[in-house]
Amino acid sequence: MENILEIKDLHVSFDTYGGEVQAVRGVNLELKKGETLAIVGESGSGKSVTSKTIMRLLPKPAARIKSGEIWFNGKDLTKLSEKEMQKIRGSEISMIFQDPMTSLNPTMSIGKQIMEGLRKHQKLGKQEALQRAIELLDLVGIPNPEARVKQYPHQFSGGMRQRVVIAIALACNPKVLIADEPTTALDVTIQAQILDLMKDLQNKMQTSIILITHDLGVVANMAQRVAVMYGGKIVETGTVDEIFYRPKHPYTWGLLSSMPRLHSKTDELLAIPGTPPDLSNPPKGCPFAPRCPHAMKVCVEYMPDYTTLSETQKTACWLLDERAPKVEPPEIIAVGGAGK
Amino acid sequence: MGRYIVQRIIYMIVTMFVIVALTFFSMKLLPGTPYKNQEKLSPEMIELLNHKYGLDKPLPVQFVKYVGDLLKGDLGVSFQFDGRPVTEIIGERLPVSADLGFEAMVIGLVFGLLLGIIAGLRRNTVWDYGSMIVAVIGVSVPSFVLAQLMQYYFAVKHHWLPVAYWEGPAYHILPDIALGFGPVATIARYMRTAMVDTLNQDYIEMARAKGLSRPAVTFKHAVRNSLIPIVTIVGPMAVNLMTGVLVIENIFAIPGIGDQFVTSVYTNDYPMIMGTTIMYSVAFIVVVFIVDLLYGVIDPRIRLAGGES
Ligand SMILES: Nc1ncnc2c1ncn2[C@@H]1O[C@H](COP(=O)(O)OP(=O)(O)OP(=O)(O)O)[C@@H](O)[C@H]1O
Ligand SMILES: [Mg+2]
Repeated sequence: MENILEIKDLHVSFDTYGGEVQAVRGVNLELKKGETLAIVGESGSGKSVTSKTIMRLLPKPAARIKSGEIWFNGKDLTKLSEKEMQKIRGSEISMIFQDPMTSLNPTMSIGKQIMEGLRKHQKLGKQEALQRAIELLDLVGIPNPEARVKQYPHQFSGGMRQRVVIAIALACNPKVLIADEPTTALDVTIQAQILDLMKDLQNKMQTSIILITHDLGVVANMAQRVAVMYGGKIVETGTVDEIFYRPKHPYTWGLLSSMPRLHSKTDELLAIPGTPPDLSNPPKGCPFAPRCPHAMKVCVEYMPDYTTLSETQKTACWLLDERAPKVEPPEIIAVGGAGK
Repeated sequence: MGRYIVQRIIYMIVTMFVIVALTFFSMKLLPGTPYKNQEKLSPEMIELLNHKYGLDKPLPVQFVKYVGDLLKGDLGVSFQFDGRPVTEIIGERLPVSADLGFEAMVIGLVFGLLLGIIAGLRRNTVWDYGSMIVAVIGVSVPSFVLAQLMQYYFAVKHHWLPVAYWEGPAYHILPDIALGFGPVATIARYMRTAMVDTLNQDYIEMARAKGLSRPAVTFKHAVRNSLIPIVTIVGPMAVNLMTGVLVIENIFAIPGIGDQFVTSVYTNDYPMIMGTTIMYSVAFIVVVFIVDLLYGVIDPRIRLAGGES
């Protein structure tokens, strides 16, 4: 299938008082037309930085793109000026933020907040934009949209606000939607509704989605492909089936074992022992090596290349080298049943 | 909203009544009489005069009469100014003071907001440091010092501007700046903090993610939200200006209400004291009321709360 977005060897750093923080260290990703790609990984692995880099919304001057390319529609987004980028943001690539309680402007009616993008990108007049805003509210399942369009964010519940945020993001029919933990701040029943809404709208609008989440349940429910991120790198990618049933990277094993519903027998959650690497002083080898139960000498010294396991699955791990000892995944994963 | 306003107006009237009562009775505790050359008057003469002006009646009776007149819009007659009605004297002097105060407030808002916005947008640059130096000077140098320095430098030494009086636009410049500099500084400081805070909010990132231009993000989203804390300080600031006006009027010999007020207190000019106090209180209460309404205009969350209460 055709790639709509392609990230090549992306490096992003923050300059802080404590020195350079290498948040993203050579990320390669592609997003295919119409698919949902999930990015999973522990806190601090660089998921949000990657997505903000695509939108070019990194804080200036603290953050800089050190190298790499982001290809979208025949253009390298890393090379565009701020003006050119403004034409793409909100019209061709949109973003849904994590916390709907803080991502809407409290002093502007939600109608106006939806209309802003429409008026800028589609050059709609006031009346047309208002009409379209009402349609969008209806589309995202907000009852009584004619009245609601004039109201302010504080008059909406969290779930309703996230629907508004989705309406804003989808207002101009973007080709790519980046959703950075879109349901983390919501309670469980609302989460399911919002995810259903996103799936539904994706089918209607043929949007490609990058979905960032901690929740592997959400991944199983929403995504076709998964990228597992750790220490500023993608350590494994594959289809949902491959990642859930035939994962090859020990970090992916760790993530899957820490999924609560795999442990119906024991209540205990198998958290991965240890802490993520310090990205202001990143390791030269595999970032997971210090926490990896199967780490070898070579893992600490050299970053492994990707091993292509199938047309869709790629894994960066020394265990896949032919000289490495054979290691079986933990029983829990070998037995399967993950991500049902 | 309408109900809220009516409710507020009732409160304002009650507040005014309390102020009138308190001022009336405490004013009578001042030693001395309101008559000119009182040292030369014999006790008999004073008694006669007291009888003439009704000052020999019991206080509650005097108070009832005063309030009755007040409701008819009659503030009485000044003792010091040869029987001229208090309303006439205030009517003559108040516009001058109001002019001065208003102009200073406008200067404070325009330049304060401008400096604060620039400093907040260009954080940790020359612009920021420059604005904040102005702010620190403005907060720490009292207006009477600034007034006298400017008066000496621009008027006495270089004759660029008039030294005193209130006779045309050129006469306004020095007093306006002297009085407005403090507000410029305070508003700039608050606005900078508010801007820095607002610019870090998620909804600003969201606005940028919509593809809005920088000016649109700044003015439609950041500035509007940053104004909310500013509205809170504008009320007390306006009140401060009312007293600041007294000092500046004194330095530049401006014929405003301030000079008048001080004289009335020294001379026990009861009707003038009452009149001026009432005028100040009304101004104060109205300013607070307007600020509250402004709040609602700027922050829809408060608009709703007000409407429901
Ligand atoms: N403004 C910043 N200044 C300095 N370092 C930053 C900044 N923003 C992010 N980082 C660093 O970049 C790294 C990646 O952060 P990022 O926010 O992408 O993590 P994440 O994977 O999204 O985590 P989470 O799941 O908690 O959202 C972290 O080590 C973080 O400390
Ligand atoms: Mg994040």
